[in-house]
Amino acid sequence: MSIVFWILSFLTVLGGLAAVTLRNTVHCALAVAIAFAGLALLYLQLDAQFAGFAQILIYIGAVAILVVFAILLTRGSDTPTDGIFSRTWFAGTAIAAAVFAVLGWAVIQSVHALPHETAAPEVTVNQIGNALLGRYVLPLEIVALLLTASLVGAVMVAMHEKGESK
Amino acid sequence: MVSTLDQIFVLLKHWIVSLLPAVLQPVTGVVLSVVAIICVFPALFAISVLLERKGLGRMQNRIGPNRVGPLGILQPVADGIKSLTKEDIVPTNADAVVHFMAPVFLVVVVFMGYAVLPMGRNMTLVKMDAALLFYFAMGASTELAVFMAGWSSRNKYSLLGAMRAVAQMISYEVPLLLSSVSVVMITGSLSLDKIVEAQNQYTWGLPHWYIFTPWGCAAFVMFAIAATAETNRSPFDLPEGESELVAGYFTEYSGFKFAEFFLGEYVGMLSISGLGTTLFLGGWSAPLEVLGFVPSWIWFFSKVMLSICVMIWMRGTLPRLRQDQLMNFAWKFVLPFTLLILVDVVVWRFMGEGWLRWVVCSAILLIAYVGIGRSEMLRKKIGPRSYRYAE
Amino acid sequence: MLGEGILKGLAETAKNFAGSFVSKERLTTVEYPEERLPLPEASRNFPFLVYDGADWEKGMRCVACQICEKECPPKCIYIEKSKDKKPDFVGKMQIYPAKFDIDISVCMSCQICVEVCPFEAIKMDVEYELATDDRFGGLLLDRKQLAKPNEYYHKIHPTEATHVDAKLAEEKAKAEAKAKADAAAKAKAAADAAAKAAVATAAPTTESTRTTADPSTAVARATSAQDDKTGVTTQAAQPTLVPAKAEPKKDGGD
Repeated sequence: MSIVFWILSFLTVLGGLAAVTLRNTVHCALAVAIAFAGLALLYLQLDAQFAGFAQILIYIGAVAILVVFAILLTRGSDTPTDGIFSRTWFAGTAIAAAVFAVLGWAVIQSVHALPHETAAPEVTVNQIGNALLGRYVLPLEIVALLLTASLVGAVMVAMHEKGESK
Repeated sequence: MVSTLDQIFVLLKHWIVSLLPAVLQPVTGVVLSVVAIICVFPALFAISVLLERKGLGRMQNRIGPNRVGPLGILQPVADGIKSLTKEDIVPTNADAVVHFMAPVFLVVVVFMGYAVLPMGRNMTLVKMDAALLFYFAMGASTELAVFMAGWSSRNKYSLLGAMRAVAQMISYEVPLLLSSVSVVMITGSLSLDKIVEAQNQYTWGLPHWYIFTPWGCAAFVMFAIAATAETNRSPFDLPEGESELVAGYFTEYSGFKFAEFFLGEYVGMLSISGLGTTLFLGGWSAPLEVLGFVPSWIWFFSKVMLSICVMIWMRGTLPRLRQDQLMNFAWKFVLPFTLLILVDVVVWRFMGEGWLRWVVCSAILLIAYVGIGRSEMLRKKIGPRSYRYAE
Repeated sequence: MLGEGILKGLAETAKNFAGSFVSKERLTTVEYPEERLPLPEASRNFPFLVYDGADWEKGMRCVACQICEKECPPKCIYIEKSKDKKPDFVGKMQIYPAKFDIDISVCMSCQICVEVCPFEAIKMDVEYELATDDRFGGLLLDRKQLAKPNEYYHKIHPTEATHVDAKLAEEKAKAEAKAKADAAAKAKAAADAAAKAAVATAAPTTESTRTTADPSTAVARATSAQDDKTGVTTQAAQPTLVPAKAEPKKDGGD
């Protein structure tokens, strides 16, 4: 548990907190981008180069942009008139605490389950590529199919709207 | 002697580092390299700005700036002083924090890309396994900075410019990545150092640069188009189109922040030229084996400046593309062609060495190019104008 | 083929770039203020006053007739006449302008003053580098600033100037010829008058009335002939100035 880990996790948690408490929705989206960056740096600190850079490339470079576009194209960009916290905050906090408890229990149990003396595995991009197209090729193809379906669906929805407006 | 000149910066760095106590040494080494990059590339930015203004002038039958120093050499200095002393206007309604952070974020992210470029033999700042992925990750973050700039100005036109810029950058990011993937496929590694070393071999005195292969040439052309679009350069500079949107997403910026955007654009141009050089033009390797005595960093920077000159040449020649023409071009021509290049690379790799693979690969690409070009022109999607003016 | 137009365009710009170093037609910049574009001959900016010879005061052609002042549409000319006279290019005594101001911030370069001037005294200059930081007096040109020599006029408008010079020379020649003719006629008349006077003294006084007119005119012509010899010609009819008082004098003798 080095000082770098504490700093990075503080950054990530701060980004997450800011994302839910800031007033302006676009500010929230930018705070989410900061949280993504914190996660990427955590991956890099764990020597997972591919995961870290892919996180930056995909999450900050595409997902964050998608989120801000979605905010701008709907009316989420106006500052909210009511309070930001919903009225059912108690139920929300309870559910979030429950999920956190389950995940925390799973992580801690896994730490006990692994042997202590294994060195960190040296994962190169080469090995990831081999694994993806060797052992995990079926999940890869299913995910690709899913993405294609969503892309085609999005284009159809947009085209349908264009057809209607014409 | 020759190799000393080649490694002179590395030796200098080692010497300075050795003067310090051991505990400070790693940090100092990195800091020195970073300082070197931060000094060299803005100087190159100044040179390229001057080159652009004089070059564009000559192409337009006029002289560029020639009053400030002899032949206008001190013009960038004058521009820098002007930017620094101009009043920094922040609109009242603008989102102050985001407005301030956008140019800072842009410049930081653009300079990060230089960490993995091999600028000479043993002259890469950080040797990484996934170097190319790091570079593209930094390039993707640029889009967020552009969006931040456009949105925080609370100006509908800036926002429109930012949206257009982001759409353009995202559309051209895919062909950019795919054309680099073709290089990665042949080399078998994402590390830029390995890519340059793979190109540093010579047959009959000629180098193995990837641009000299059929798929490499096509991939380089696609890479160049996508790179020009990524950095919002003419003919893809609609987001900053001066006649349409004043200055697009950086309309509300003045003084030094504007200079930061300008710096970010040109440094980004240099950076992506550096990447193109590394991937396709052999990085720091010499064009002919006999010329190997010239230091490697001279070759790298000459190739980068040559790419800059070509970009300036394109700016002076081509008219601006409209947003829909731009997007059509990306998704209907560049992307399919890039996918075909990937297939071509596979054919190249799995056919044996010899003249046959040259013929087959070139044939595939040429037929596809002419075919797509002709069909698109027939359907009046690209090419000379297909509408008539009112008589 | 796709991309052909782009390559042609790139070739054209490359030609422009390379050609701009070698040929003048691919680099059309005129570096002001070191170089200036030559102005066409008929160009005009603001008026100036022409003077002949070396002395701008003595040689100025303007005679303060104030026609240009009256015709100027924005009324930018201000003239004050002098009290004394000086001779003009044909030798006649003319008044001259003591003050001749043109406000070039008002002048609209319409050239009407040039068109109406009967003495070819005011012409259009081509000087355009007239910027000044004196807002109130800097653009008000006075007589001395406006006076420029005839050689300068030849330099800026050569054909016009030769034309004007020819015209003035012609007028001068005509005036001189007229004066000479006048003088010759007067000399002839004087000789006639002398002859007639000689006849008149011998003749009876009844004819004196008829001849009285002649000697007076003969004297006038003689005096004008004498004036002619000094080089100053007069165009007005002098006989009217000589009163009939000369008659008793002539009657008395000769």
